Amino acid sequence: MVTKEVEAAPGLKTKLSVDNVSMTYKRDGKLTHVLENVNLEVSDGEFVCLLGPSGCGKTTLLNTMAGFLTPTSGTIQVNGEAVRGPDPRRIFVFQERGVFPWLTVEGNIGFGLSKLTKPEREQRIAHYVKMVGLQGFEKSYPAELSGGMKQRLEVARALAVNPDMLFLDEPFGALDSITRLVMRSELLRIWQAERKTIIFVTHDIDEAVQLADRVVVMSARPGTIQQIVPIDIAHPRDISSQHYLELRDGIFKQIGLAHQV
Amino acid sequence: MNSLAAPQRWEKIFWPLVATALLLLLWHFSVIWSGTKIFPSPRDVGRGMLELFRHHVLWADIRDSVRRVLIGFGIAAVLGIPMGLLLGWYPAANQVVNPVMQILRPISPIAWIPVAIIFFGIGDRAAVFLIFLGSFFPIVVACINGVSNVPSVFRRAGRNFGLTPMQLLTRVVFPAALPQILVGLRIALGIAWLVVVAAEMIAVDSGLGYLVIDSRNSGKRYDLVIAAILLIGVIGLILDLIFRSLERLKPLRWGFRNVA
Repeated sequence: MVTKEVEAAPGLKTKLSVDNVSMTYKRDGKLTHVLENVNLEVSDGEFVCLLGPSGCGKTTLLNTMAGFLTPTSGTIQVNGEAVRGPDPRRIFVFQERGVFPWLTVEGNIGFGLSKLTKPEREQRIAHYVKMVGLQGFEKSYPAELSGGMKQRLEVARALAVNPDMLFLDEPFGALDSITRLVMRSELLRIWQAERKTIIFVTHDIDEAVQLADRVVVMSARPGTIQQIVPIDIAHPRDISSQHYLELRDGIFKQIGLAHQV
Repeated sequence: MNSLAAPQRWEKIFWPLVATALLLLLWHFSVIWSGTKIFPSPRDVGRGMLELFRHHVLWADIRDSVRRVLIGFGIAAVLGIPMGLLLGWYPAANQVVNPVMQILRPISPIAWIPVAIIFFGIGDRAAVFLIFLGSFFPIVVACINGVSNVPSVFRRAGRNFGLTPMQLLTRVVFPAALPQILVGLRIALGIAWLVVVAAEMIAVDSGLGYLVIDSRNSGKRYDLVIAAILLIGVIGLILDLIFRSLERLKPLRWGFRNVA
């Protein structure tokens, strides 16, 4: 039995609503249904992970939410307003490839701040340099930074324009497993400090259960929401607790994976 | 020398010197053994070069050649870079212009010499025109490719931060394409230096190309011919080295491999 929980957590303002979104590509005369009737509501300040196997349309869904793609049918609204394109109030964070290699750390963080006065901009840059722990690297170029530092830089560049939503597309996928763990707790720390609404795409079940308020499990081709799993564990999460393991194993079963390798 | 070990500092200078010395020796003995009366030995050429420097004509020739190249190349860059950026930015416009460009591009600038002389007569402007033609197309093509190779994540990030199309072009696409544009400029400068010599042999009466042809025509001074040819090589190398040093600038360095 497939359950669909589309309601946002009670008592909170709805930030993002996805209504009956379908997405169809036509390639070589063949129609590919990437998304079918996706419904989702995300409340203000919520951390939601979109989880699914590769090719399940989770990145496509994220791109429609961010306004880079227009759904074939259905609507996406943010604060009750239809999404018509990318917007500086909602920043998309790519893997670390998205930082501009021709700009320094300062230049990257200040990229979206050209409307501010110089002192304001410098203050904002300094604030986010500190928040992501890149002090001492202000004048460095991305080529001189490690993968994890570049990823933090991209998050800082996104946060600097003070968006109310962040879209992250497998942001830690290219990092080694230790750096990835560090980055997760950094992201949670930043999220708790700034309370942005975060939509986070991943194919890593542990990552989803460690981070999210709710995990949206998607099935492949055509991509639909299979189940939405609320993760009712307070941060910081004990990832060896019984409840954590139960939730994680539930999602493993949901995706159809036995718990053995 | 082990091919895996990084060469020592002295080796980087020493071995090329050895190779050059061997080549000069080979040249020297080839002239002696073949018994040629026309082709000069390295020593003759060295004397010829000193003679050229002493008579002060050489500096004027170098100055004229470099000036023509800089003007022709400069005009090509000033017109070619914006044109290439726009053609890369609007693929529809590129499709319109591309066939004409693909026909004009493979034509050697030398073939335009008669046309240049009709337009500009014998003189500086004909030579500058030829250099412009030779360097314009590589610059335009490098810019088009540079723009179309800009990774889409950069464009998307720029759009996400609310840039207008014009800002996107100047703040994202241009800097992202700059390393490739620089490669195109460097190739164009190399071509410009090739073209100036040919142009000066026909269309003007000064410059290093003129020096080569004039040394032959007035008294078959092959020592001066070879001296001038070697100078052309050295100055071409210097121009290229100046350009390559730009690749080390930090906002550009990311776009080049193998640059320490």
